Amino acid sequence: MNGKLVISSSPHVRTIQSVQSIMIDVLIALGPVALVAVLLFGKQALITMAVGMGAAMLTEALWLRRWNIFGDGSAAVTGLLLAMTLPANVPWWIPVIGAAAAIIIGKQLYGGIGQNIFNPALVGRAILVFSWGSRLSGKIWPVPKPFHFFADISAVTTATPLAGEAEAMEVSLSQLLIGNMAGCLGETSAIALIFGAFWLFYKGHIDWRIPGGYLATVWIMGTLLGGGIYINPYMTGLFHLLTGGVLLGALFMATDMVTSPVTPSGKLIFGVGCGLITMLIRLYGAYPEGVTFAILTMNALTPLIDKFTIPRKFGEVKRLVRP
Amino acid sequence: MGAANFRGGVHPEHRKELTASLAITAATIPRKVVIPLQQHIGAPCEPLVKVGDAVKVGQMIGDSEAFVSAPVHASISGTVAAIEPYNHPLGRKVTAIIIEGDGRDEWCSELEPVEKVDDLSPEEIRARIRSAGIVGLGGAAFPAHVKLSPPEGKAIDTVIINGAECEPYLTADHRLMLERPEDIVFGLEVIMKALGAGRGIIGIEDNKPDALRVMRQAIEGKSDMSVVALKTKYPQGAEKMLILATTRRRVPSGGLPLDVGVVNHNVGTTVAIAEAVRKGKPLIERVVTVTGEGVKRPANLMVRLGTLAGDLLEYCGGLREDTCKLIMGGPMMGLAQPTADFPVVKGTSGILALTAEEAAVYENGSCIRCASCVKACPINLVPTFIAQAAEHGLFDRAEKLHAADCIECGCCSYICPAGIPLTQWIRIAKAEVLARRRR
Repeated sequence: MNGKLVISSSPHVRTIQSVQSIMIDVLIALGPVALVAVLLFGKQALITMAVGMGAAMLTEALWLRRWNIFGDGSAAVTGLLLAMTLPANVPWWIPVIGAAAAIIIGKQLYGGIGQNIFNPALVGRAILVFSWGSRLSGKIWPVPKPFHFFADISAVTTATPLAGEAEAMEVSLSQLLIGNMAGCLGETSAIALIFGAFWLFYKGHIDWRIPGGYLATVWIMGTLLGGGIYINPYMTGLFHLLTGGVLLGALFMATDMVTSPVTPSGKLIFGVGCGLITMLIRLYGAYPEGVTFAILTMNALTPLIDKFTIPRKFGEVKRLVRP
Repeated sequence: MGAANFRGGVHPEHRKELTASLAITAATIPRKVVIPLQQHIGAPCEPLVKVGDAVKVGQMIGDSEAFVSAPVHASISGTVAAIEPYNHPLGRKVTAIIIEGDGRDEWCSELEPVEKVDDLSPEEIRARIRSAGIVGLGGAAFPAHVKLSPPEGKAIDTVIINGAECEPYLTADHRLMLERPEDIVFGLEVIMKALGAGRGIIGIEDNKPDALRVMRQAIEGKSDMSVVALKTKYPQGAEKMLILATTRRRVPSGGLPLDVGVVNHNVGTTVAIAEAVRKGKPLIERVVTVTGEGVKRPANLMVRLGTLAGDLLEYCGGLREDTCKLIMGGPMMGLAQPTADFPVVKGTSGILALTAEEAAVYENGSCIRCASCVKACPINLVPTFIAQAAEHGLFDRAEKLHAADCIECGCCSYICPAGIPLTQWIRIAKAEVLARRRR
C-alpha cells in the first residue's frame, strides 16, 4: 500500500455500462436496418447514412472543441437516425445540413447530452421538411432495387403506400415486412427494425411501455377507423403499423431516453400519446405521415408527464379520509 | 414457485469466490485491542474500568443506563492502558478503552450457561442478550434486545433470519450457515420464544445452494421453521426487501418491521444470541471477511472485537501495492477508511481492500434520463430527480420526491451509466429533509 487511500461515499463498485456502451448498443441495433437499406437502395443509402453520421459527429466535435470525434457515441446515433428518416435519393448536402441542425439546434443549444427537450434527429428532420419538403416527403419516391448496389434508384419512382393513391396501396404483407417498397431508408423493413429492437430489449435499454403503447394505439385506431376521412379499404390496423415511420419511430425514436419520461406509467402515457397523434395526423391531417410531429409533440409534454407520474413509494400508506 | 423476490435491485459481480470456500479460522489474539464505547445505535457507554485496571476476557467494561444501548466487554485479558478518543470506522473519533494484552487469554463469565430455551422466560432472554452486548451484526448495529421488546399492542408472529448476504465479497454469514447451523436454529428458537412468535423463516439467496441444503437439514422436524430460497439480487438482504420476499408483507413507509408483525435478525446476530444463552458468552468476537484483490491472503476470520484493521490485514499477508481503497463492510454500503488504524467493531462484517481495477470512479456525468436508477430503486423512488433537487439545493422538492424513504442501498449509483453518485446526492437531501423535520 502506497499510503494513498481514496475516500468516497458508497457504493464502491459500479456497473461496466456507460453512456458510450449504450450508444454503441443502439448503433448495433440499427445495424440490421442499415444493412437492409443498403441492400434495397444501394450505394445512395450507404452514402446518405455515412454522410449523416459523419456530419453529426464532426459538428459535435467542433462545437465541443473535442478531438475525440466519436465521443460518447450519441452524435453518431443522431446522425444515423436522421439519415434513416430520409429517402435514398436526397443530395449529399441534405443529411449534412440536417445532421448539423440536429446537433446544434436540437441538442447543443440546450446544453448538450441529456439536456435537450426534443429528439435531435427529429428536430433535424423537421427543419429539413420545412426547408426542402418536396425532396423529402413528396409523392415521388425512388423504388427500391434489391441487390443492385450501383443502380441509379432515382430512375423509377412511385408514391409511398401511405400517400393514398391506389397504385401505392398494392403492397403485399411480405413486401411490408421485408421493406421492398418506397419509403425512407430506415422505415421500410419491419423485420429489420424489430430484429434490431430485440437487442435493445435484451440489453434493457428500452422499456416495452413506449413501443407497446405506441404500436397498440396505432393498431387499435387503424383497425377501428381504417382510412379516416380518406375512405380506403387497404388501410387496416396492420397496414398502419407496417407502413411509414411508425416502427422506426416507436422502436428507435420515441424510446430516446433523454426525451421520453423516466417513470413507468409516464412511458406508457407517452407511447399512447405518440400513437394517438400519429394517427390523428394520418387520418385527419393534411400530411400522409405524422410520426415526426407526434413524437416531437410528446417530447414537449415529457417534463409534465414525469411530474404527474412519480411512482408510489414502497409501503406508501393511503391517506386516511379525515372525518 | 421460483425464488422469493422483490421489484428493482441490481446484479453486481459477487466476487465471493475469493473466500466462499474458506472455513472460518481464528485470527491470532492481538496484543492490543481498542474497544470504542459506542459500537451501536443508541446511547454511548460509560467506562466501568479505570486506566491500570486488570481485565479478563468477557468482563463488562462499559455500560449505559439507557434502554437503547448495549454494553461492551473486554475481548482480551490484560490491563487498561488508556481511555481516550480513537479512530472509529464510522468516521469520527470515539472514546475507546485500550487494553494491553497479557497473552494469557483468561476468561471470566458473568452469565450462566443455559441448556434449554424453555429454562428462560422472555424477560430473562432479553436481559441476557442485553448484558451480552449483542447488537445487529449485519452492519446496522442496532441493540438486539430492543428489537426483542416490541411495544404493547404490537404482536410479532414471524421472525426472519437474514442469511441473504447480498453484499458482494462478503462470506461471513455464508460460512456461519455452513459451519454453525445448530447455533442458528437454537438462536432462532430463543428469538421466537422472546417474542412469542409462532413462525421462523430463514432467508438465503439461491447463489448459496450449500447453505440452503445445510439449513434445511438443520430445521428438519421443526414445523414452525422454514428455509426460503431468495432470488440472488442486491439488496435482497435489506430489511424491507427481505420481509416482502419472504412474507409478501410491505413495511409501511416510515414504519418498522414490527408494524407488519415481523422482526429480523442477521445470521451472525443469531449465532451470538445462541452463544450468549448456551455458553453464557458475551459478544467479544465476530466473523469478519477480509477480502478484495488488495489482500494477499483473503480469509474468513473469527476476530476479537477491538482488533485493529491494520493488524488483521497484516495477519492476512498485508496489502498489495496497488490497493487504492480500504472499506469497512461490503462494497455497496460499506465505509471507505482513510487509514487501517481503526478497530473491528460489532458491526464490522468485512474489511475490503480494493485495487484501482475493482474500485469504481464516479465522474458525475450528465443524466441521460435512461431511467436505469428508476428501475433499480427497490423503494420506487426516482433517484435522478432527487439527486438533481439536492444538487440545486431544492430540498422541498427532494422531500416531495420522498428522499427520506431512501434506504441508501446504492443501487442507483451502481447502475448509473453516466457515473453520477446518485446515492451520495440523495444522502445529502435525506439528511437535510430529516434535519428540517426535527426542527
